Amino acid sequence: MIIHQVLFIVFGFICVAGAVNLLVQRHPINSALSLVVVMASLALIYLLLGAEFVAAIQVIVYAGAIMVLFVFVIMLLNAGAEERTRGSSVALFVGVPGMIVLAGTVGWLLVHSGGQLGGVTISSSSFGETHQIARLLFKDFLLPFEITSVLILIAIMGAVVLGKREN
Amino acid sequence: MDTKTFIIAAVIKIALVVFIMLTGVAYTTWLERKVIGRIQNRWGPTRVGPFGLLQPLADGIKFILKEDLLPDYVHKGLFILAPMLALVMSLISIAVIPFGETITIAGHTTALQISGMISSKGAISDINIGLLIILGVTSIGVYGVALAGWSSNSKYSLLGSLRASAQMISYELSLGLSLVGILLLSGSLSLREIVFSQSGHWIVGGHDTHIPHWFIFPQIVGFFIYLLAAYAETNRIPFDMPEAETELVAGYHTEYSSMKFAMFFMAEYVNMFTVACLASLLFFGGWHGPHLAFLPPLGQALLPVLWFALKVFFFIFLYIWIRGTLPRFRYDQLMAFGWKFLLPLAIANIIITSFIVAWRG
Repeated sequence: MIIHQVLFIVFGFICVAGAVNLLVQRHPINSALSLVVVMASLALIYLLLGAEFVAAIQVIVYAGAIMVLFVFVIMLLNAGAEERTRGSSVALFVGVPGMIVLAGTVGWLLVHSGGQLGGVTISSSSFGETHQIARLLFKDFLLPFEITSVLILIAIMGAVVLGKREN
Repeated sequence: MDTKTFIIAAVIKIALVVFIMLTGVAYTTWLERKVIGRIQNRWGPTRVGPFGLLQPLADGIKFILKEDLLPDYVHKGLFILAPMLALVMSLISIAVIPFGETITIAGHTTALQISGMISSKGAISDINIGLLIILGVTSIGVYGVALAGWSSNSKYSLLGSLRASAQMISYELSLGLSLVGILLLSGSLSLREIVFSQSGHWIVGGHDTHIPHWFIFPQIVGFFIYLLAAYAETNRIPFDMPEAETELVAGYHTEYSSMKFAMFFMAEYVNMFTVACLASLLFFGGWHGPHLAFLPPLGQALLPVLWFALKVFFFIFLYIWIRGTLPRFRYDQLMAFGWKFLLPLAIANIIITSFIVAWRG
């Protein structure tokens, strides 16, 4: 158990560091690669939770496919380094207080009612296995799953239509 | 098995597998040059050692001793990271490949697989998602190619890497879909389970056909899609557009020299081994083969590994054979072939296979 906690802290730290680096970096490629690091460390946290299949899919779909396309597009457009702005007043007067309020609320909730939130007990040893996820997706949640698929199909068709319009 | 023995066994296995793998890679280059030489009616390497057998060693020394050039205006960090990423990602996928069942040395039984473990009850446990790990690692490996071309800050490298990554992204889809038929038949993502489900013979209508229960027979279409997509993934002829040394300025590795170039080269060959191992495990019954009763006990124990190695050797040889035989696709042909032929075929294969599996219950 102690190993799990140490690993969780390590990967959690890498994840947050990657997310901060994403914002700090000026070059789009560096930001995209930081996002890959975030995705990969999230996958490892899923793995620590025992969700092997979700972890693998996270790596294949997000860290692999989607982020490769990001990097590919940035390379194709040959996007240069961005210029740093002086910061907007909206961010200063709305964003910063909003962030402080949000962090304060979450922290207060965790400290005062952390015990009542309840944890997740992983009962069966087959938790997170491919069979179980397949059963959930194709039996219990079949309708939402199919509707999501159709939504994505519509998005693909929309992209094709937009791409063809110039001709 | 206690933690200490487990760690010692794992370290020994990792060292052994990496050593065998890299030696295999070195001698595959020798074999390739020899076989291509014979196909083209010349001798291949003959000067270094008997039959040129020390040629890989000489090549290795040459790579290490060459000057490691770092061109001006490259993005240093990514330029150095890219070849490492390519090689490390190709080596990681070896960790989940089972080479045989188990082996007992000095009272310790261990699985012939880096990620395999023996539980306290004596059962072998394997990673449940072995196949997905290989696909995931392959998809991360694309970054090596993409970043190498971009960070070189050269238009030839950039064009080469765009070409290579577009090809790898396109064929990854067919590669993944070609394996779904196997998953439907075996009902598992664990490579060990998939091999176990291929033991015995095909029984047709109650009759023993004496044909091994390998998935190549029901999944021959899937096998050809896998083979073609895997050749494109590993950038080999007839899909070696990313390199195309006879007509283009190399590709993403134009600016690389010395050991950094060698790392891309090694990554390509390790990937060839992974493809060969997967083809043997998924379609040709892995380590299953005829039992030879006359062998001594040690020979009996190592026989499955021998069958597995023979199958892998066949696929490596097939790679070389095809390189010596086929010309290269044109780029538009390559893209059209991937998207308009292989992908629909793979989807049709999945639909038909799942109907048959559902019909047979």
